[in-house]
Amino acid sequence: MAIKKRHLMLGNLACVHGAIYAGMRFFAGYPITPSTEVAEGCARELPKIGGKFIQMEDEIGSIAAIVGASVAGLKSMTATSGPGYSLMVENIGYAYMTETPVVVINVQRGGPSTGMPTKGSQADTMQARWGTHGDYTAIAVAPSTVQECLTETIRAFNLAERFRTPVTVLLDEVIAHSREMVTIPEKGEFKVYDRVKPTCTPEEYVPFEMTPNGVSPMAGFGEGYRFNVTGLTHDTMGFTTNRPEEVSPKLDKLANKILKYRDETVKMRTEMMDGAEIAFISYGSVSRAALQAVMLARKAGVKVGTVQLYTIWPFPEKQLREICAGCKKVIVGELNMGQMIYEVERVLPNNIKIHSIQRYDGEFLTPMQLLEKLDEVL
Amino acid sequence: MAGKILDKIEIPQDRFELRLSGSGGQGMILASVILGEAIGADGTKNITQSQSYGPEARGGASKADVVVSSGEIFYPKAMKLDLLLAMTQESLDSYYPFLKENGTLIVDDVLVTEVPTDNYYGLPFTRLAREEAGHVMVANVIALGAIGAITGIVTHETLVEAVLARAPRGTEEKNRKAVEIGYREGARLLKEKAAGK
Repeated sequence: MAIKKRHLMLGNLACVHGAIYAGMRFFAGYPITPSTEVAEGCARELPKIGGKFIQMEDEIGSIAAIVGASVAGLKSMTATSGPGYSLMVENIGYAYMTETPVVVINVQRGGPSTGMPTKGSQADTMQARWGTHGDYTAIAVAPSTVQECLTETIRAFNLAERFRTPVTVLLDEVIAHSREMVTIPEKGEFKVYDRVKPTCTPEEYVPFEMTPNGVSPMAGFGEGYRFNVTGLTHDTMGFTTNRPEEVSPKLDKLANKILKYRDETVKMRTEMMDGAEIAFISYGSVSRAALQAVMLARKAGVKVGTVQLYTIWPFPEKQLREICAGCKKVIVGELNMGQMIYEVERVLPNNIKIHSIQRYDGEFLTPMQLLEKLDEVL
Repeated sequence: MAGKILDKIEIPQDRFELRLSGSGGQGMILASVILGEAIGADGTKNITQSQSYGPEARGGASKADVVVSSGEIFYPKAMKLDLLLAMTQESLDSYYPFLKENGTLIVDDVLVTEVPTDNYYGLPFTRLAREEAGHVMVANVIALGAIGAITGIVTHETLVEAVLARAPRGTEEKNRKAVEIGYREGARLLKEKAAGK
């Protein structure tokens, strides 16, 4: 078997290749550091395969365009950073309500407001869960290597299509702007999930039908199925309703179609957790530092392990509890003033002491900083 | 009680870490990308190239790291440098403390006037670029040639190929010449050092 070609590739570009592998054929976006190379890559690659790239007038237009393209049947994506994500959250809510699968890449940078364009951050962790108003359940995934930029973007599309919902890829600047050796997978190597289409006649079609798993088959506009799409709370036919007996079932559907199957969304990497008394809990670039720190600390005889979350939302409650069951202490590492730690505190039992290390000066947590923290809590 | 394990921590030996540093606009990031592509050309090593820069297009501190390992690269940034290229005094002052005791230091010895050690390689990259290669812009490529010659981390041929693959059309000859100047000067310094000069 021939050795597969590995390329030195930018994280942002690996997202593009992952998206195309997953079947993305429409990208609308507005350039913003540190996500711009995603748009550049889409502008270069999509026309070659019959896809469409549009640079929109702003981020509000971008998210609106991809929701529209997805309703018309194409797998669609946009990419932005915190300031743009803030502008997008209204229409991300529209995608939740209209149950439209889209992928939004948020390459996090320093904030609030325009903050620090070239400096990384994980301060949009909670925004990815609670950004738009109203009740809904969010999905967010987070790569930590350039290769994972590719594979997690594929997973983001699969989750979006599987659950008919927007999915956020939470990147941080260091991964987005790093170049690492990447293998582009062969066709068939990764499962690609396509949305379920209706098999009934257009006359029988119920666009927001209450199905057993909560996901309604989705016809594309222009395929002969007529249906109404609105951000107002709607009945199974897509028409506005205020009827209590229809409102809460709709909201239950939005939540339960994901929460009933939340185990399918969980992905984590654990290292050295056998017999670990202390565990680092982190995601993204912090997990790289944690892995390094744990490898060094284990050599020095400390019983420490690391748990890396690839799925941030829904938060992997049960799995984290199980993995940390034998730990006396955990250390939550984040590039923000403390966001994921709220979830860890909510989930872990009281007998596990929770420590945290946070950095929000635009620089990254280093293995040495994590080791110093470890030393402190030992 | 601090100090329980920190003394026992050893910096991992399976990584080779290079940092190219200078001022924004000197092409340090591009040079690090070319270096990463050259080192990774045979597809056998793991490489992480990353950078840190300000919002300015010119000026401001700019640094780029290349980490090379045969194993998994956990932490993507450099921790203890095996090689530091400093194109300005400011960058040398900032990053010299991160150089390993026996690490390789290469500086632009026109722009860097105060070096805290005698154990370094000094070449006038910017002057060579302007006077011999024909454009100040290729100082970074001359530096790449010198890194190639001094470290042997890539073959001469592979580095030239990697430079040419990134050279804008019409600048191939200028860039080729720049790598060769860097190789020549780097090899000369290496020989001098071996001879104990």
